[in-house]
Amino acid sequence: MEEFDVRGQRLAALCLLGFLLFSYPLLAVFNVRGTVFGIPVLYAYFLIAWAALIALMALVVEGRD
Amino acid sequence: MLEGWIVVLASFAYLGLLFAIASYADRRADAGRSVIASPYIYSLSLGVYATAWTFYGSVGRAAENGVGFLPIYIGPTLMIALWWIVMRKILRISKQNRITSLADFIASRYGKSAALGGVVTVIAVIGIVPYISLQLKAVSASFTTIAGPVPGADTALWVALILAAFTILFGTRHLDASEHHEGMVAAIAFESLVKLVAFLAVGAWVTWGLYHGFGDIFARVDATPDLHAMLAPLGSVAGDYSSWIWLTILSMLAIMFLPRQFQVSVIENKEEKHLRKAIWLFPLYMLAINVFVLPIAFGGLLHFPRGADTDAFVLTLPMAEKRELLALMVFIGGLSAATGMVIVETIALSTMVCNDLVMPVLLRLRALRLNERRDLTGLLLGIRRGAILLILLLGYLYFRLAGEAYALVSIGLISFAAVAQFAPAALGGIFWKGGTRRGALVGLGGGFAVWFYTLLLPAFARSGWLPIGFLENGPFGIELLKPLALFGVAGLDQITHAMIWSMLANVGGYAAVSLLWAPSAEEHRQASLFVDVFKRPAEAAGARFWRGSAPAAELYHLLARFVGAPAAEEAFAAYAQARGVERAKLQGDAALVHHTEKQLAGVIGAASAHIMVAAVVKEEALSLEEVRTMLDEASQIIVYSHRLEQKSQELERATQELRAANERLTELDRLKDEFVAMVSHELRTPLTSIRAFSQILYDNPDMAGEQRAQFLAIITKETHRLTRLINQVLDLARIEAGRAEWRVAGVDMRALLADALARMGQVFQERGIAVRLEAPERVPAVQADVDRIFQVVLNLLSNAAKFCAPGRGQVEIALAEEGRFLRVDVRDNGPGVDARDREIIFDKFRQAAHSPALSQGSGLGLHICRRIVEHFGGRIWVTSRAGEGSCFSFTLPRAGAALSRQAA
Repeated sequence: MEEFDVRGQRLAALCLLGFLLFSYPLLAVFNVRGTVFGIPVLYAYFLIAWAALIALMALVVEGRD
Repeated sequence: MLEGWIVVLASFAYLGLLFAIASYADRRADAGRSVIASPYIYSLSLGVYATAWTFYGSVGRAAENGVGFLPIYIGPTLMIALWWIVMRKILRISKQNRITSLADFIASRYGKSAALGGVVTVIAVIGIVPYISLQLKAVSASFTTIAGPVPGADTALWVALILAAFTILFGTRHLDASEHHEGMVAAIAFESLVKLVAFLAVGAWVTWGLYHGFGDIFARVDATPDLHAMLAPLGSVAGDYSSWIWLTILSMLAIMFLPRQFQVSVIENKEEKHLRKAIWLFPLYMLAINVFVLPIAFGGLLHFPRGADTDAFVLTLPMAEKRELLALMVFIGGLSAATGMVIVETIALSTMVCNDLVMPVLLRLRALRLNERRDLTGLLLGIRRGAILLILLLGYLYFRLAGEAYALVSIGLISFAAVAQFAPAALGGIFWKGGTRRGALVGLGGGFAVWFYTLLLPAFARSGWLPIGFLENGPFGIELLKPLALFGVAGLDQITHAMIWSMLANVGGYAAVSLLWAPSAEEHRQASLFVDVFKRPAEAAGARFWRGSAPAAELYHLLARFVGAPAAEEAFAAYAQARGVERAKLQGDAALVHHTEKQLAGVIGAASAHIMVAAVVKEEALSLEEVRTMLDEASQIIVYSHRLEQKSQELERATQELRAANERLTELDRLKDEFVAMVSHELRTPLTSIRAFSQILYDNPDMAGEQRAQFLAIITKETHRLTRLINQVLDLARIEAGRAEWRVAGVDMRALLADALARMGQVFQERGIAVRLEAPERVPAVQADVDRIFQVVLNLLSNAAKFCAPGRGQVEIALAEEGRFLRVDVRDNGPGVDARDREIIFDKFRQAAHSPALSQGSGLGLHICRRIVEHFGGRIWVTSRAGEGSCFSFTLPRAGAALSRQAA
């Protein structure tokens, strides 16, 4: 079916990945005091994971069929 | 403090600018050169998701619980990853059915049900009212913050009225047959830029102007004991992980089903392909607008004493530092966030109120005789304008009744939970054909009732409009029915609690009722059109289910009453042209009826259009059975065509294989002919010389004995050559036919080489060639036929002897172990083989064309060598440099290696 093409499946997998990245228990791993380059670990994690997820989505959706 | 009049002037100047952008875009659209037909504009217009809630409320929430504001933006990011599947389908359906709003979408799916459209509209209006009140509260509060309180004036009311007037001017200037508001979209995209720039500006100023970068702010927070919890807030101040997940899910649904999001992402979408860029650009927008939320929140907490209004930090920070221009910029940014939301939301809601609530009722009231009115466009616009004013006033009312008691974010979440109720009916409707109108009604009704009871009523109770005992002891003192701990389920936060119960009622009701009661024919048809939208060709989709006819003129007048005569004329002319019929001769057949209804649906929604068309058309109602049969036929045809396609692909593959086989055969045939010609040629040369010399001997019986002996020697030599050639040909034929006998045994290559040298010793000596054999003391045996390998070595040696320069020739034979193989090199110092000939000399009858000195011999010897070596799993090749001799090498697998290969 056209609606569940390869690109759709990959994006759905990214959605699941995002769900894992931003829920328990992964969040609990980073929910600690301490800093990375002066930024608290949890906030740095959110920024990096979020940006990486968006980059992957861009790759999948703009990539060739 | 800024002077009030400056702020007001700036605000009106900003609204004026918006208006200018909108009318420019509208004019361009009328001229057919749309400015919004771009994926970037589309992505920016989706930014209407970021409202005053984002602009002011995120900082407020972050100041209370750190990362607690993030699920609201992470949820949409996750949902957008699914848009390729879900949104593409919704877009396709909406374009095919000319959907005008979310209510129209759901009503259309469930058999164009006017009741369902009405219910969706009511839920949307009631659910969104708190959200609108949030915007009013934010704008009036920000005005008070920046310009001071205005004595005796109700700023929220003024904001509501001004926004209503602006939206009416903006969105309902004329009635568009396609429900596209290009001007509005252009203005919204611009507003998305303004609020982003304003927020980034204040964020950068707080981070690097007020403090010394991110590290500085976080270090100061770390040094402040009562803010420690903010640095690892999950599980404590930011709520537990389950409420985190529910917030994520809630905002995933909100990005789909907020009426304004549905408006910009579906209704205003120009082209499906714009989705591609939006899938990553819009999440990027949300990431960008959230980067500075925490620095501002922490900056405010560090700067102000405890108890300051956290929602206003974005404004109070620059105000406290006397950065009035920056504060004004922030105010405009907040205003753009709020106006963007209010404009799109009220336009979307007013369309729903008009098409799905008021019109169906008015059309059914025979007393109004609406069916006989000539032009209804004025009426439609009037209803929409009234709806916009009404919705904003409701927002104001909610603000007065309940808005004061909550922070911005909490108000917004109540609305999110309301629109989440559309998810089961809408998403179920596009993937599950079994969902029915009754199921959707029960699900929506149940979910909405739970929402009303667990979220809206408590909001009123907290504001003192209901007795607070209602919350603490339950209605009439019934503990089990306490709105915040339904059936004794306590310990959840309010949103999680409400979502769990309302979704249970909603999904449960929808599924159970859909499964229990069968759908009507109309529902069945629409379900199939929606769910199978990708499987059917667009145009054929609806028309085949229509029966019934009406005079073309009557249909024309019907359309003209709603869209005006020029637009109706245009629609009919386009239809006639597409069909290749003259406009005047259009027949009012089923297809035209369907076309008219679709055009009408684009203006007044599917449900109303259906009622209107039904009034003029003699439709023969289709029974459920008939629709089912048609659908089955259609799906049968689809199955057949799939199979046909498969068969034809298979056929094509088979044809290709056949063609390849045929080419191979032709090539083989050609090679065979060539072979015969070559053999004959090679046989003829010695035969000719034998015959010639025999003839001479015969004709001259008295020839001198010496000469006679010489001639006889030539004849004998040529006969030998003939025999050798015939032997080779037979040999080759046997090998090629696979009939050769191979006696495989362990062969000691060292002994074999020594034997071969001994056999050739005489020849080498005659020609004065020095021979050298280099071989290690012991070599492993190879598994091969000793006679055949001997044949190969002899062939190579005699070639070497043949081509060496007489007198100073040198031949070196080397034997070496090379991994799993034994390798034999035969090196001579003859003329060498030209690079171009190195492969072809191993071919049948191919002699070295580019190395003239080598062109003698039958041309079969090396080919047979190759066949033999390859038969035993080895390789034969030549390395050479012209003029410096050549080296023929071959390899054979060692006995052990060959054995292990066979075992494998």
